[in-house]
Amino acid sequence: MKTGKGLRGVAVALVGALALTACGGGGNDAGDGGPAKLRMSVWSANEAHLKLFNEIADEYRKSHPNVESITFDPLPFENYTTTLTTQIAGGNAPDLAWVFENSAPDFVSSGALAPLDETLKKTEGYAYDDLSPATTKLWQDGGKLYAYPFSNSPFGVFVNTDMLRKAGQRTPAELIASGQWNWENALAVAGATAAKSGKAGLVIRDFDYKGWDNLSTFFTGWGAQAWSEDGKSCGFGSPEMVAAMTALHKGIFTDKALPGPGTTADFFAGDAAMTVTQISRASLLKEDGFGWDLVPLPAGPKGNYAVLGQAGIGVMKKSPYADEAADFLAFFTNPTNSAKLAQFFPPPRQSLLTAETLGKTNPKLKPEQLQKVVVDGITNGVVKPSHSGQAELSQQVRAGLDPLWQPNADVKAVLDGVCAKIQPLLAK
Amino acid sequence: MSATDTRTGPVATTGPAPGRPRRPWWTGRRRDQLVGYLFVTPQLLGSVVFVILPLVLVVWYSLHEWNVLAGTFDYVGGDNYAQLAEDTNLGGVLKATGLFSVGLVVFNLALALLLAVLLNQKLRGSIVFRTLFFSPVVVSLVAWTIVWGFLLQDNGGINGLLDTIGVDGPNWLRGENTAMLSVVVVQVFKNVGLNMVLFLAALQGVPGELYEAAEVDGASRMRQFWRITVPLISPTIMLTSIITVVGSLQVFAQIAVLTQGGPGTSTTVLVYYLYQQAFQFHHFGYGATLSIVLFAIVLALTVLQWQMRKRWVFHES
Repeated sequence: MKTGKGLRGVAVALVGALALTACGGGGNDAGDGGPAKLRMSVWSANEAHLKLFNEIADEYRKSHPNVESITFDPLPFENYTTTLTTQIAGGNAPDLAWVFENSAPDFVSSGALAPLDETLKKTEGYAYDDLSPATTKLWQDGGKLYAYPFSNSPFGVFVNTDMLRKAGQRTPAELIASGQWNWENALAVAGATAAKSGKAGLVIRDFDYKGWDNLSTFFTGWGAQAWSEDGKSCGFGSPEMVAAMTALHKGIFTDKALPGPGTTADFFAGDAAMTVTQISRASLLKEDGFGWDLVPLPAGPKGNYAVLGQAGIGVMKKSPYADEAADFLAFFTNPTNSAKLAQFFPPPRQSLLTAETLGKTNPKLKPEQLQKVVVDGITNGVVKPSHSGQAELSQQVRAGLDPLWQPNADVKAVLDGVCAKIQPLLAK
Repeated sequence: MSATDTRTGPVATTGPAPGRPRRPWWTGRRRDQLVGYLFVTPQLLGSVVFVILPLVLVVWYSLHEWNVLAGTFDYVGGDNYAQLAEDTNLGGVLKATGLFSVGLVVFNLALALLLAVLLNQKLRGSIVFRTLFFSPVVVSLVAWTIVWGFLLQDNGGINGLLDTIGVDGPNWLRGENTAMLSVVVVQVFKNVGLNMVLFLAALQGVPGELYEAAEVDGASRMRQFWRITVPLISPTIMLTSIITVVGSLQVFAQIAVLTQGGPGTSTTVLVYYLYQQAFQFHHFGYGATLSIVLFAIVLALTVLQWQMRKRWVFHES
């Protein structure tokens, strides 16, 4: 609406004028035809990650004098999307941004991101067709790619083998060998280990009775979905979801296989026997710590399955340097640099998705672990639930699920209640 | 220098005299005014840019649907205000806000007054206790809340303490009733010291001879408290209640750190709800509308309290 923009413009101009007066002037580097200054919002402040990003950026700038600087701006992980959208609202949007899979539909469908296909395809040596279609699906709209899925991290189960052995339990590796690695046995082992060790059994990391989307690593094994493929109907009331949540509820409150609400236990600090998390968390394992293993998710009643979390990099359409940003992204994610990034972020490139290639840069993981958890996970896995308006939906699901985390909860009634809350939002 | 010397001069009786001196534009009066304006300019500029302009913009935003990601900003008139009536969550949010405010005001003022009365006695070690109770006021709010978050966990310090006396403590932050109680208690202990100090100052201003006279008349300690102490410190009670009520309506960090509005929506107070709407769900227009509702509530309560002061605040004059 023009009047709105007009008044906002006046307000911004007024604030800008005051700021300029106070600061004694200053230049506007936005789209003035001068060399581009690119900024990419990221949620990792890991020194090794940033060092690699900067190396790639420095190399790019050598051959692109039109780009004066490329900075990587780490925002806090916990409030990443909120901070990013607040920056966009405040007129301080980055040129490129990492996007979580759960906000992918919002970013992709809103028109906030610039389409990338053309730039990526025309970049020499890019090998666009090498990108696995399973990994790009979430980031496309109308046949165009709006973000590059640079990180595809499947969920697996990390196991404290020392703790399991001390508790006299069979390890998941043994259960896998005998074809018995399923949730029933996994929860039984976790419950027995917790009872003997006095520590926690199995922790679904980052769930903490709030981050319910991490439960998709559990309920997908029952064939349950938070909502239908088209996103229009609620899946929480389905028989599969009721069966999955009944099993989870029993695991928490009857078998004590999972720590109860309000109890914290960090697997990597040695507080739990097993944890379900993304393989990228392997970096949290200490060199001289406990004995550990990484195995795929246990089979559910519907058989074997895999779940993965994704992250994409998009170019903000309104950036004055959108073209330069897209060009840099094409360089950042070309086959050579993808191979470098693969040491931290499992890539979407099929040519790199081999246990051998990944093994070179993931020394902590054995080839069979990489094959079973990473390669198979990315190829066959389903991505964590995501939907447009995810934040609001997620909040409603969280509030709706809260009554389930009581010992005497009526699972079916609670799940029907969740659907009653979110169905109007899904139908929008 | 005086401003009057520029006003004096011959008074013409028949039209303007050709020789009348023109009043110079740059007078001492104007210079004084300019100096005054220069002194207030930084403060005025700050208020305009950071207080008044945002306030006006909030009203403006509340009349718009602002989709940050799509970059659209559409005028919707009173739609956001109409949505208030249709918002099924709002009733629960206002109830939670009311519960928190009432709980905080009652517990905080009662405890602050009790502590002040106790510490007003000439007892050994009262300065130590005064310092102890005041120290949370200067502690960082978020640090304070995070530590309480650990203490209130199911396997946290408080339940550990209860366990030693054979009591099986509840899961404080996960129960619908105990979660709100926990948030109130965390906030009460955070700020009770400030009100306590204000009450203490007021108590020390009550003339001792009034109590002596009351004692001669045979008034009990309780009667002295209600008939002498309370009326004489009523201006402070008024002040602390306004500060506490307004502060209670602005609670945010404690909710964000301890409960994120849960379990269910039992601790989703108005400020947290408007934060969710604006910054998490990207409904900036509706968030702005909710902040105007909050503004109206704070204004109404403050006006009400101010009016009520005439009835119960004691003035010596």
